[in-house]
Amino acid sequence: MTKLFIPLDSFAVACGADQIAEEFGQLLADRGLAVEIVRNGSRGLAWLEPMIEVETPGGRIAYGPIEPGEAAALIDAGVLAGAGHPKRIGKVEEHPFFARQRRHTFKRCGITDPLSLDDYRAHGGLKGLERAIGIEAEAIVAEVTASGLRGRGGAGFPTGIKWKTVAEAKGDRKYIVANADEGDSGTFADRMIMEGDPFCLIEGMAIAGVATGATKGYIYLRSEYPVAIAVMREAIRRAGKAGLLGASLLGSSHAFDLEVRVGAGAYVCGEETSLLDSLEGKRGQVRFKPPLPAIQGLFGKPTVINNVITLASVPEILAAGADGYKELGIGRSRGTIPIQLGGNVRHGGLFEAPFGMTLGAIVEEIGGGTASGRPVRAVQVGGPLGAYFPVSLFDTPFDYEAFAAKDGLIGHAGIVVFDDTVDMMKQARFAFEFCAIESCGKCTPCRVGAVRGYETVKKIIDGERPAENLALVEDLCNTMKFGSLCALGGFTPYPVMSAIRHFPEDFHGEPMRVAAE
Amino acid sequence: MVYQATYDETEAAEIIAEHEALEGPLLPILHGIQARFGHVPEAAVRQIAAALNLTRAEVHGVVTFYHDFHKEPRGRHILKVCRAEACQAAGSDGIADAIEKALGIGFGETTPDGQVTLEAVYCLGLCAAAPSAMLDRRIVGRLSEAKVGALVEEARL
Repeated sequence: MTKLFIPLDSFAVACGADQIAEEFGQLLADRGLAVEIVRNGSRGLAWLEPMIEVETPGGRIAYGPIEPGEAAALIDAGVLAGAGHPKRIGKVEEHPFFARQRRHTFKRCGITDPLSLDDYRAHGGLKGLERAIGIEAEAIVAEVTASGLRGRGGAGFPTGIKWKTVAEAKGDRKYIVANADEGDSGTFADRMIMEGDPFCLIEGMAIAGVATGATKGYIYLRSEYPVAIAVMREAIRRAGKAGLLGASLLGSSHAFDLEVRVGAGAYVCGEETSLLDSLEGKRGQVRFKPPLPAIQGLFGKPTVINNVITLASVPEILAAGADGYKELGIGRSRGTIPIQLGGNVRHGGLFEAPFGMTLGAIVEEIGGGTASGRPVRAVQVGGPLGAYFPVSLFDTPFDYEAFAAKDGLIGHAGIVVFDDTVDMMKQARFAFEFCAIESCGKCTPCRVGAVRGYETVKKIIDGERPAENLALVEDLCNTMKFGSLCALGGFTPYPVMSAIRHFPEDFHGEPMRVAAE
Repeated sequence: MVYQATYDETEAAEIIAEHEALEGPLLPILHGIQARFGHVPEAAVRQIAAALNLTRAEVHGVVTFYHDFHKEPRGRHILKVCRAEACQAAGSDGIADAIEKALGIGFGETTPDGQVTLEAVYCLGLCAAAPSAMLDRRIVGRLSEAKVGALVEEARL
């Protein structure tokens, strides 16, 4: 039977995919056409969503962006046979945005039916877990360590070392926690993998369980992701039914259970220790470290807490071996990174590639510049706590250390593009405002600093003693950077200081003139 | 639509019982109460505290910490508009102004008829389909000022 793929990914759903699927379903039934509708994940070409694909003898032919109300005309035009149409994209694999990628973690995303375990297996799924069960726990940890995989949440901590600490820690109970509290603006990779290939995360967590002796896993998933919550819960239910989870993992002696827990709108819960407190049913406040979560984590037990992409990268590393992964990338940044392009960008979406591409190539060649057609002025990399980069730094390679050397960070690899209409002083003010709204309140530099920073930037905007207040902001940033308990207060200075440093004309030009009038 | 029901202790007890055996049951319980009654009233705080052997202060502290939980009833529909950077870059400030104007209220406020509460949200993960919003549980991307009218009309229904 011909398959028609209509994504269930949030990008597509937010642009009418559910309605489009309903329309096609009705028309196919009315006309007695033997076509099966598959709700797949997104291929990552977000500007073309909702992008439908038709399986033809010559491959999968894509069309997009489709709008509700177009189904009848599309069928009449013969798209179910892959016919020509103004919205015909052709094979996704041959599209330049896709062809330049190296898909490792996202290799199945958008291709398979996310909720079909058979499909998952047919596309290489479960090979990693099967291998993990067959080798010693130490060998699993060694493989992950050898791959060079580092935490994709932003901190970049070597995953193998974290797992080793938990494996060696003593505890009557250990936990695997997936940090799916992807609150950074400009990031959506966790959401896409959970919606498009949920079994991959489940498999990664199960492998972590086998490697460390943990028997229970939690996915802490933010409430702003209703689609991901629904898909993930259904996938866990099906995995349990199929023996992929439960008392005997794939028939082995390992037990592993998994549960989705929904967050409650607090950005700071993306910080690992406040996430653990939130899971325990407390206010999501940051904990002092040490003790490390690996030693005393959830409910005081040894806990692996990893970002979704980190865990979802593991099955393929186990299946194909560490060497292939380690060979990709540059410096100490090994493997691939799912780069997310958003904001005012022409070709936004998810682009997985080995580390090392320059920021300029990503923004200009892959992203195609701005959606507005105006010149790019700034890009913010790494979410609301990431630095703003000017075009003059576009030669920076995408690599943890290279970004740190330019006083920035990769974070969760989200890139938000701004055109030349952006007012960097307002962006600096927003950085403080956001920190003030989301601060957990535990430490003073963040709780009070964010509010004072907001007020002071507002004074600069109003032209009130700009030079003096600017010096005050710099001093405050220094206090926040070194005095805060976690990255929320500690990294808010990145967007603020980068805006001041790279775009001084926005801070001295206008307000000074206003003040002089 | 967010259900705004009168608080019912028996129903609340059922919600509590449903989640009580979980590890760290407080957030799942609060989500259940919030979803069922549209808010978490003081009576619920007392009842949950008693059931979980926590102090009222502890439960109150959790309710007030998270943006998703509210101690007072709100509008029948909740319209969340993303105000984060990616949406800002795509013109969300203009969208936000247009929505405020169309509803006649500001962010954090509820229309006088109790129909719509307007809230800011910081990222719906739709950054490559910005600007975005969420009406109750329905996500909307590629918002334009032209689309605001239809969205507001739907919220008012």
